[in-house]
Order: sequence, then C-alpha cells, then structure tokens
Amino acid sequence: MSSVIKAIPDAVAPPRLEWRVASVVDARDETPRAKTLVLDVPQWPGHRAGQHVDVRLVAEDGYQGQRSYSIASPPEDETVTLTVERLADGEVSPYLVELRPGDGLELRGPIGGHFVWNVAVGGPLLLVGGGSGVVPLMAMLRHYARADAAARAAVPVRLLYSARTADDVFYRAELAQLADQPLVDVVFTFTRGAPPAWTGYRRRIDRAMVEAVSWSPAAAPRAYVCGPTSLVESVATLLVDLGHAASLVRTERFGPTG
Amino acid sequence: MADQPFIARGFRRRSPATGDAPRVPPGQYETKDFPVLSAGPTPRTPLSTWDFTIRDTDGRAARWSWDEFQKLPRDNPTVDIHCVTKWSKLGTRWEGVSVDTLLAAAAAQGAGTGPFALAFCDGGYTTNLSLADVTGGKAWVAFGYDGAALPPEHGGPARLLVPHLYFWKSAKWVRGLQFLLSDQPGFWEQHGHHDRGDPWREQRYQGDP
Repeated sequence: MSSVIKAIPDAVAPPRLEWRVASVVDARDETPRAKTLVLDVPQWPGHRAGQHVDVRLVAEDGYQGQRSYSIASPPEDETVTLTVERLADGEVSPYLVELRPGDGLELRGPIGGHFVWNVAVGGPLLLVGGGSGVVPLMAMLRHYARADAAARAAVPVRLLYSARTADDVFYRAELAQLADQPLVDVVFTFTRGAPPAWTGYRRRIDRAMVEAVSWSPAAAPRAYVCGPTSLVESVATLLVDLGHAASLVRTERFGPTG
Repeated sequence: MADQPFIARGFRRRSPATGDAPRVPPGQYETKDFPVLSAGPTPRTPLSTWDFTIRDTDGRAARWSWDEFQKLPRDNPTVDIHCVTKWSKLGTRWEGVSVDTLLAAAAAQGAGTGPFALAFCDGGYTTNLSLADVTGGKAWVAFGYDGAALPPEHGGPARLLVPHLYFWKSAKWVRGLQFLLSDQPGFWEQHGHHDRGDPWREQRYQGDP
C-alpha cells in the first residue's frame, strides 16, 4: 500500500500547552513580601525540578497579563507550589499575593527543559541562588530529599543562598531541616544586614566565597545558578574562571517580575 | 479552555491603553530595563579569533574575520524587541550588518542560501529561522547597542537581531548561519519553544498556533 508512506507524518505535532484553571488550596506568607501558593492543577502532566509555569491574568476588558514563575515543589508532589514576591509597582504580583484558598488561577506548563535536575543526573550538585532565584533550586532540593537513601548517598549537595536579610529567606525552616542531612550543606550570605550573632558571610557572592563553597573543578560538580542578572553573570563567570567546565554550569535569570 | 479565558476578577491593567496601534504584543509588558537571559556562562571570544561564516546547503562557505566584517556596509536599526519571558523593550537602537548585505556578499564569494537557517554560536547555542525571516530587511548581525559596543552579557561581540520574532531567535554570540534544506530545531526549540516564534501570534511554545 503506497498510501502507508504518505500516512506517516514527518514529525508528530507536539501537544499544545493548554491553559488550565488551577485552584488555590493554600496561600501562606513566605516572607513579609512573598507568598507561597499551593495549587491544584487539573490534569497536571507532571514536571521536572527546575521548570516553570506561565501564569495568565485576564481582565474583564480582555486585557491580559502574563508572567513566568518557577515551580518550588518537587515532581513527587501532586500539587504545584509557586512563591511570588510582591513588587510594589508590579501588575501581576500584587494580584497573586492576594489570592486565597478556593480562588482560581490560570496557568500553563511545565516549561523549560534545560535548567532541570534529577537524582539520576547525579552530582555533586552545586546550587547558587539569589533572592527569589532560590525557588527552582528548592524544587531540586525537595526532589533530592524524597529520593531513596542510596541515591542521596551518591550525591552531595551544597546550596549557596544570597539574601538581603534573614527575613528575606524563603523556606527557612525547611532549609534548616535539609541542612541536617549528612550530605547537604546550606550556606547563607546576607547582603543588607545579618542577625546580630551572625558569623557567616555578609557580602555579595565573590570569588573567595564561590571557591570556599564549591567543590574543586576536578570533582566536576553540576552547577545551577539562578537569581538576578548581576549575580548569575558574576557567579557563572567565576565558576568558569575557577576551571569548571562551562557545559556543567546552567543558568537562569530570576529577578522579581511585576 | 484556551477559547474561554478565565476572568481574573478585579485584575486590571496598570498603564492605561493608548489610542495608538499597540507596540506591545499580547501577554507582554513593557520594561525599561534590559534583562539578560542565557542558559549558561557568557562566552568570551577574543576578536582576533572571531569570525562569521555563512555556509550553504552544498557546503560552500563565505567567511569574514572581525576586521573584514567591520568593513561591510552597516545599518542602524531602531526596533522593538519581545522576549518570550514576557518583557518587551521599545525603541532599542542597534548597529550591525543586515543579513541581506551578508547574503549578497556571500553570493559574491560563491556561497548561496537555502530555505532554512540554523544560527550557531559560541557556547553551543543554536536557533532555527526560515530564509524569509532573515531576509527583506528584517534581520541583522549586530555588534553595537545604544551607541556603544554590544556588551558580552547581551551577546557581544555580535548577536543576531531578528526583532519581529521572540528574542531567543536573536542568538547571542552568533558565529554563523548554516543553511539547510529542511527546518532543524535549535536549542530552545528542542526544549519546547516554538519553531517560528511570532510574538503577535503568541507562538511561545511548541503546539501554539
């Protein structure tokens, strides 16, 4: 049958990422300026740690605002968690931080296939986050914490987290718990004021800090760097200057968006 | 669901709509900032080893060193740019060589074109474009931004500038165009982004109309 050849398409058209109306199941303060939203998304196809969603707000007059938000929850969760920082002059974020349980929110995803990690990829795993850039890194940490003990034993993890002050730290209690695990180190640096008894870093991430926190290039850590442009640019450049392979350094800009 | 958007009650646009033809495509917002997006560290290629290559579907190539490239006729386009991550920046000022000029110069060296192009870059980034999307005064290889040399984090020494498509098509650190007989998805296109990326049709991801 010659028609068989014609019937085979060159490529299967990928399914469209459909907009879905999620419902808010929990909304809690993460910091004084940021809210964590736990969402029940109908027919959520699942995601990988590090991916994001697009959120769409459609006004009565048809005007639409869209923003991208990284997913904070691990693939193992049935719900999808976002953390939204409120920008005073923003358009979308002030609306999102006022959402309450039961409210609807339109989104589609998951999006992004490069800034992703899972335990099978292995480590050592070096995570460097600035401000709200910690969100996709948290999905990776939460995924790691759900892995079985043997998988975790093969992957040491270090998080270097730059925040303005201790009050600006997302997921503080959970990070403290994670840091209790034998192979997990969590290192903070506070750029605009540390607690009185603080003996750790209190400056922007620099070469000495990256060198102290990271493994040597010989250990070939997989690095994921997410945060404002200046942080991402400087940390990625420092890692390459220190001898890390550029192909092992993955970056994502995650400034607060309005 | 796409046909019946869910109304976000109480949500309103912050800036009032103007009567002019809109310059910001659907789902985008205007920024005065110039955000930087990249998948990995910024490559740093010395100008002494930089070159730009156009290779046709038969493997014939035209190549320019940095100095040779600088001697080509240049344009100064002022354009609006639209990033798939939702920001748009209006009235950006660039300096560079039109792809039309490059293709004419390549033809003089015996290198032709093809129906599709894959832009290749330092750092391994690629993106796919049709011939129609890079010709007819719509695309440049830009090395100047806002009156100065294009900074490395924004793609310097040179980047593609294809402002009528989402900005991931304007490949940073570009080193050449490989023409192809069939469309071959580039880096973000293989990771789920749309093959063409027209912001006015919201072609953000694979499967979008």
